[in-house]
Amino acid sequence: MTAALALGDDALVLSHRLGEWAGHAPVLEEEVALANIALDLLGQARVLLSLAGDEDELAYLREERAFRNVQLVEQPNGDFAHTIARQLYFSTYQELLYEELARGDGPFAPLAAKAVKEVAYHRDHAEQWTLRLGDGTEESHQRMRRALDALWRFTGELFEPVEGCEVEWSALHGAWLSRVTAVLTRAGLSLPEGPRRGAWAAGAGRQGIHTEPFGPMLAQMQHLHRSHPGAAW
Amino acid sequence: MSGEGNGAWPLWEVFVRGRRGLAHTHAGSLHAPDAEMALRNARDLYTRRSEGVSLWVVPSASITASSPDEKDPFFEPAADKPYRHPTFYEIPEGVRHL
Repeated sequence: MTAALALGDDALVLSHRLGEWAGHAPVLEEEVALANIALDLLGQARVLLSLAGDEDELAYLREERAFRNVQLVEQPNGDFAHTIARQLYFSTYQELLYEELARGDGPFAPLAAKAVKEVAYHRDHAEQWTLRLGDGTEESHQRMRRALDALWRFTGELFEPVEGCEVEWSALHGAWLSRVTAVLTRAGLSLPEGPRRGAWAAGAGRQGIHTEPFGPMLAQMQHLHRSHPGAAW
Repeated sequence: MSGEGNGAWPLWEVFVRGRRGLAHTHAGSLHAPDAEMALRNARDLYTRRSEGVSLWVVPSASITASSPDEKDPFFEPAADKPYRHPTFYEIPEGVRHL
């Protein structure tokens, strides 16, 4: 099931990336906030991947090319501004997408209706930090600017139709642009310019083409399960 | 984890009203750059197991507390006045929920 894999992998991979902040976040309070978001996403991933098959097999035993997540979510955490920019781009998209899916009567409607409240909080968290970093010190502004620019080229892929999702993708794109623009304007930042995807990304994440940092992340994520198949607590 | 930035963030006291509770009770404290973020941190730290339906955050600096040194003059005089406790009344029959 293409769509379940696409949405499930988005949630799983971003969850793992956010989990990497554990023990490294700038302050304790923020570490718990990021871990909370990661756990929400992991819960969504479990439901979505279970629609596509065995969740553990899918998460731990697939090769890189079999993953269908967008390239945005696999990008490394970078500095805190990069993590927030990734969160802003992705959670704004995910909230709009889940709102649409919840309105329909497709297989994802029940999950989307429940998860949209979680994602609204993720988006709020990203917005609050975008405002503070953009409108904070000279350095925080520069870092946020740099992060938004660096991740911008991965945002075009978000709006490529996913087979099995009954969604008006161009309307979703329009709503996303206006929401992100509104937040950036309030933060004293502007929408990055430049191409929305690299020429090299012809296949893109939804087709199983991933960026270089994804392999090492996957190796770490899958190592334990592959070393000790079937192990339980 | 507690980097340099954390020292600059003020401390906030968190009050949570439980699902069945009528009053907000003190749950703990946290660091945050401002009130809005304090509220969100409180949500993540103190209500993630469905403990509450309402949150207050108060700057710790705004709280005036009684001093431990003044404990005796403050609280000792109340100790030997049992007549202040409503334990000398007989409750009439038929009075419930008291």
